Amino acid sequence: MNVINDKLRVEDNKWIGTRTVRPDGADKVTGRATYAADNTMPGMIWGKVLRSPHAHARIRSIDTSKAEALPGVKAVVTAKDIVDFPLETSVMLGIQDMRWMCRNVMAREKALFHGHPVAAVAAINEEVAAAACALIAVDYEVLPHVIEIEDAIKPDAPILHDFAKFEGKPSNIAGTMTAKLGDVEVGFAEADIIVERTFRTRPIHQGYIEPQACTVSYSADGRATIWSSSQGQFMVRAMTSLLTGVPQSNIRAIPAEIGGGFGAKTIIYLEPVALLLSKKSGRPVKMVMTREEVMRATGPTSGSFSTVKIGAKKDGTFVAAKGDFYIQAGCLPGGPLRGPVGCSFAPYDIPNVLSVGYDVVSNRSKVAAYRAPGAPLGAYAAECVVDEIAEKLGMDRLELRLKNTAGPGTKAAYGATFGKVTFEETIEAIQNHEHYKAPLDRNPRPGVKRGRGVASGFWYNAGGESSAQVNITEDGNVVVTTGHPDVGGSRASIANVAAELLGVDHSRVSVLIGDTASIGYSNLTGGSRVTFASAMVVTQSAEKVIGQLKERAAKIWKIDPEAVNWDNGEATPAGPNAGQFPPLTLADLAAKATETGGPIGAGVQLNTTGADPGFATHVVDVEVDVDLGIVRVLRYTAAQDVGRALHPSYVEGQIQGGVVQGIGWALSEEYLYDKQGRLDNAGFLDYRMPVCSDVPMIEAVMLEIPNPKHPQGVRGVGEAPIVPPLAAISNAVYDALGKRFYALPMSPPKVLERLDEV
Amino acid sequence: MTDIRYLAPQTLDEAVGAFAAAQGAARILAGGTDLLVQMRAGTVKPGLIVDIKKIAEMTEIAEAPDGGFRIGAAVPGATLAEHRGFGKAWPGVLEAINLIGSKQVQGRASPGGNLCNGSPAGDSVPAMIAANAMVTVQGPEGRRTMPVEAVPAGPGRTNLKPGEIVVSFTLPPRAPGSSDAYLRMIPRTEMDIAVVGLGVSLTLQGGVVTAARVGLGAVAPTVLLVEDAAKALVGSRLDDAALEAAAAACRAACNPINDKRGTIAYRTKVAGVLLKRTVAIAAARAGGN
Ligand SMILES: Cc1cc2nc3c(=O)[nH]c(=O)nc-3n(C[C@H](O)[C@H](O)[C@H](O)COP(=O)(O)OP(=O)(O)OC[C@H]3O[C@@H](n4cnc5c(N)ncnc54)[C@H](O)[C@@H]3O)c2cc1C
Repeated sequence: MNVINDKLRVEDNKWIGTRTVRPDGADKVTGRATYAADNTMPGMIWGKVLRSPHAHARIRSIDTSKAEALPGVKAVVTAKDIVDFPLETSVMLGIQDMRWMCRNVMAREKALFHGHPVAAVAAINEEVAAAACALIAVDYEVLPHVIEIEDAIKPDAPILHDFAKFEGKPSNIAGTMTAKLGDVEVGFAEADIIVERTFRTRPIHQGYIEPQACTVSYSADGRATIWSSSQGQFMVRAMTSLLTGVPQSNIRAIPAEIGGGFGAKTIIYLEPVALLLSKKSGRPVKMVMTREEVMRATGPTSGSFSTVKIGAKKDGTFVAAKGDFYIQAGCLPGGPLRGPVGCSFAPYDIPNVLSVGYDVVSNRSKVAAYRAPGAPLGAYAAECVVDEIAEKLGMDRLELRLKNTAGPGTKAAYGATFGKVTFEETIEAIQNHEHYKAPLDRNPRPGVKRGRGVASGFWYNAGGESSAQVNITEDGNVVVTTGHPDVGGSRASIANVAAELLGVDHSRVSVLIGDTASIGYSNLTGGSRVTFASAMVVTQSAEKVIGQLKERAAKIWKIDPEAVNWDNGEATPAGPNAGQFPPLTLADLAAKATETGGPIGAGVQLNTTGADPGFATHVVDVEVDVDLGIVRVLRYTAAQDVGRALHPSYVEGQIQGGVVQGIGWALSEEYLYDKQGRLDNAGFLDYRMPVCSDVPMIEAVMLEIPNPKHPQGVRGVGEAPIVPPLAAISNAVYDALGKRFYALPMSPPKVLERLDEV
Repeated sequence: MTDIRYLAPQTLDEAVGAFAAAQGAARILAGGTDLLVQMRAGTVKPGLIVDIKKIAEMTEIAEAPDGGFRIGAAVPGATLAEHRGFGKAWPGVLEAINLIGSKQVQGRASPGGNLCNGSPAGDSVPAMIAANAMVTVQGPEGRRTMPVEAVPAGPGRTNLKPGEIVVSFTLPPRAPGSSDAYLRMIPRTEMDIAVVGLGVSLTLQGGVVTAARVGLGAVAPTVLLVEDAAKALVGSRLDDAALEAAAAACRAACNPINDKRGTIAYRTKVAGVLLKRTVAIAAARAGGN
């Protein structure tokens, strides 16, 4: 299977690589798409969450009697109703530890952040539910809180969890992760130049437009149906099952259309609570978060505090790299250490590497995955240090990178030994790009300075479990079902693949997303895996279907199935029988399906492998208004190895989206807390994501170097593009101003303050 | 669960009557782009809403024979932008009003709402102050007029008396060689709230400033009229020394807070920068040389 299908030679492709109309487009632009909050049911009631008003407090008791007595209230739940996972034993679902998830969906011993759920109510309408929440009496013992990493790791910091120990002592460092190669001490001793710098970034939110929402109906027979939007209906089923004790076989999770997730919807908040409320009340329960709840209480990604040290020879050869990455986990363990620890130095062939990640808890909402989780934090530090080394050695920034690129056989500190590596190609693509060669007018007007920066990035990519079913309808059309919520265009890409393989017009293929009862287990939409993995299972399913179609034709013609060809959506007799019978179309064969053996269709379920890593190199021009401290991005070009762009518009969209999120991270987005430990900017006005007019058109340079381990050559594309922008923009601002920034975001007040420093 | 009554009277007398009778439980609704947001957030819970958009005087733009303008308090920004003469006479006031929100918001948002909402960061207010605009107010005790800068009392508060409604803004006729401009500093390029906003109105004769007014927003509890900045400009040829003196006056007038939108140091410095930039635009528009 691991060969690029002969029939899929790029130049012969009719559908793959074309910009077909997106299957979800019409519904989305006409408002018909049903997102999670659009579902309603007869008899449905509303659930609301009561949240902690304190950043850190022990919960002495909760009295729900007044709320329960309020007319219209149908059920109340607290942590007592959620399955308890004792602290001693870890129970994992994927990368999520249920000890933390059960405490995240409902505060148990302590409220750990302002906004932490402490109880939930279901009532006949939202107003009654809100009024009931206000009647719940929680007796809190308010504790000192800690928000920032540097405060949380001080010896006298308030400790969040008694069970967390670091170096034998109670600590807010809840865990570490190390990647090691060679001996860095030896390496640094050989270096002619060493640059060591410390960097800070702030937590930022994924900023999906659709707030979390669900409807859950728990029936008298103990079976539950969940309608919600997520990055994995199977994750919703499994996690809800674990947190409520209802077996997976009794839960059907139906994925709604999703309005963005970017990693954040790989965990759940509402579904188990709504299920328990529905079970208690006997009514379907709907819960919808407000934007403020989303900002306060769902995972942003981590802030970081990192020190990176790189040593190089005079000729630019890297000899050693060391990274210490303190990563915010939020209130419970589980920050994305794997990102900075594994990815920061992975693009380079460095013999001695020591990368250590520290998982730091503090009184903030628990972080959730965000596009290449943690990798941008590490790349920010590493790629800024690389830039400084190039400057100190007087070398071209891209030539220095080229000199050190990882290649086939390079061992990465995180453990992998690379096969084909396509990092060099991304650097060369930028070197040869008109943008990089274009002269830059550094002082276009008084008070305005411009600069250009580059940076590279790496992301692992992933394969994993996927299921697909390809069915031929009775009228001879094609329905493909996969098990992955479509966040980034997977339906459009899969439609192109199915049309190509079956040789039918694209308009005859429908791609649907199955619920947990209608398709086999499929892992999360995340890790840049879905197009890679589902194209693989759909390819294998389609090949089985083609086999069946040939058999049916052979039966009708009474010849050997081997002597039948499938071309352009028709069976034709081949070899000695060529020309003996008129071709049979998909419609002809579908019409005769019953006589020739029954329904035509096939499914494949696989644990897919072969998702090789992704590399990207970016160049950016910025302009700084030196009197106001405003940094604007003028031009941005991102080169990435995308394997094969099944649907180029979506690949470009992924690259552009990742870059824009990186621009926000670098320049304007940040979580701001007040002295009481409350988030101060829980809304899009003061949480400054870029708007359209803040960013130029991002040019995506798609390098189509087929992944030899995939039938269409696909490589994951969604995450690598958010890895380089933080450093690329920082390096560009330095180029413009001659002053380096070691903290993000480079917002106007901070830029002006730095410019005013003597 | 709380009932809200809604009235849309045709006359000012009816509106004032209903508004005053509700004794503080009522809110005036112009475009609603502040009010509805605040109601959704639960920060205001009116028992009565008095919609003023059906009152002719409040949605009119009238040009007086002497070239002055009277703008109804509830005129939306988009309507003002479509008026033939207004943007020529008062480009700064118009650009300030048109900076409010987005296309959608412009279809509703009014200068009266912007002023009465009481935000120190309201965009139209510094420009109106620079324009020397007067507001006509009607309440249970009849009509009165007051300068725009006398309306704000602090964040979210005004000096309007109970039951009083802002009816219109009156902008004076323009002397030859006059123009105005408004600039704001926002971190984004749009859909944002001013960290500093600054309006300037100038009259130039033979390259010399004969009249000037400066309105400064988002740097103090209320939008400010900066008379010292105007003094520094009047009589000058907008040379560097005069501009620096005016910028210094703006910085000195600042009494900002450190908050999520900006630091004291940042706001103060930016007030001076915006003064110079806004003056340059107003002077160019005035045809000054
Ligand atoms: C998405 C968005 C973006 C925005 N961007 C900006 C911006 O860039 N700059 C900016 O300054 N503002 C902005 N705003 C705020 C708002 O749009 C403006 O303040 C607008 O001018 C308010 O006008 P309105 O007619 O909608 O007022 P309303 O909401 O109708 O009223 C505002 C307040 O004033 C009172 N009121 C209204 N009219 C009168 C009157 N005639 N007499 C007495 N009281 C009255 C109301 O009772 C209410 O308390 C934005 C709002 C939104 C939703």
